[in-house]
Amino acid sequence: MSKRVLQRLTEVFGAAVIETHSQHGDDTAVVVPSRWKEIAAFLRDDEKCAMNHFIDLTAVDYLNRREPRFEVVLHVRSIEKLHRLRLKARLGEPATIDTLSGIWAGADWFERECFDMFGVEFVGHPDLRRILMYPEFVGSPLRKDYAAQHTQPLVEYRPEAVGKLPPFDEHEGMPFGRQTHDRVEPRVNALGFSDE
Amino acid sequence: MTASQTYVFDGSEQGFATTRFEDLLNWAQKYSLFQYPFVTACCAMEFMALASPRFDMARFGAEAPRFSPRQADLLWVVGTISQRQAPILKTVYDQMADPKYVLAFGTCASCGGFYDNYTTLAGIDKVIPVDVYVPGCPPRPESVIDGLLLLQDKIQRGDRTPGIVKPRTDPRVVASQLATGHSTDVAHAQLVELRTSKP
Repeated sequence: MSKRVLQRLTEVFGAAVIETHSQHGDDTAVVVPSRWKEIAAFLRDDEKCAMNHFIDLTAVDYLNRREPRFEVVLHVRSIEKLHRLRLKARLGEPATIDTLSGIWAGADWFERECFDMFGVEFVGHPDLRRILMYPEFVGSPLRKDYAAQHTQPLVEYRPEAVGKLPPFDEHEGMPFGRQTHDRVEPRVNALGFSDE
Repeated sequence: MTASQTYVFDGSEQGFATTRFEDLLNWAQKYSLFQYPFVTACCAMEFMALASPRFDMARFGAEAPRFSPRQADLLWVVGTISQRQAPILKTVYDQMADPKYVLAFGTCASCGGFYDNYTTLAGIDKVIPVDVYVPGCPPRPESVIDGLLLLQDKIQRGDRTPGIVKPRTDPRVVASQLATGHSTDVAHAQLVELRTSKP
């Protein structure tokens, strides 16, 4: 029943929620891009929302069909409350929006993909560079004005990697050593006993 | 019998034969193709079938896979090659020692297939020369064996022009057509009629 989340969102943020929509159990809120990060942080931290599960972030290009042109789409879910929400923000050119990588660590690579494919710039992202395409690639291939038949010149073989080599930073996936060894906080079970 | 083939003289008790050195060398080469599998996509499944006992390409002298291009004669390009991967493929090809052969396995390697988009190389012949193209998405192991035999034939003849494996009719279809009294020509004509007729 994530209609309650929509309700909560509209009563807290009022006019910042432009429109809401519910269909087939999916609930959508369109918000103003200037308060994107603030609303995301609220969704995660508010007790009634508790959106602690980042699912997906992508963009849609509505060239010649809608104004403004881009829509950034975020899907989040609450593991405890078992509800989910789709949050959208509409962006014109240049497409610029705050990063959510500080709120959900999983947003990091999704925002890089979105930047790579649509050229949406995420302000404050720790490492905003292409994730799928190669550095020499020009343009954003999933924008509707990128010609479907257009191929780019072949690049030369690179004997060394461009950019970073492992070990990677905290936000760059899970290195093998970190899976079990680096845990510092002792777990506390349901009865309040620590495992140490 | 052509001039470039082997002569065995009748009545020779020693059983000696004469041939040209190139022919002997080509004959030896065509049955000892050490292969480098450059496998990137779903065609790999057919490649596995081809390498395992059911289709068993070891029968044709192309058994040993080498995982260093230095030791390989035949580069199998099995699957889609992206723009980003093209320079790697080129480098692998350059690292192989002469004489070297390339087999494009499947439609993607041959021409890009249905990946007509911003990221896929439209055929590996944009970066390296190809000896044999095997069409199919993915090709049946039988047609790849056809491709291998075509390559061996080309090696024997010293022919480096690109060859394409021609499609064949499924023997089971032929059998069923013959069982119902149709010849394959009739079946083919029916197929063409079906495809060209208006819906």
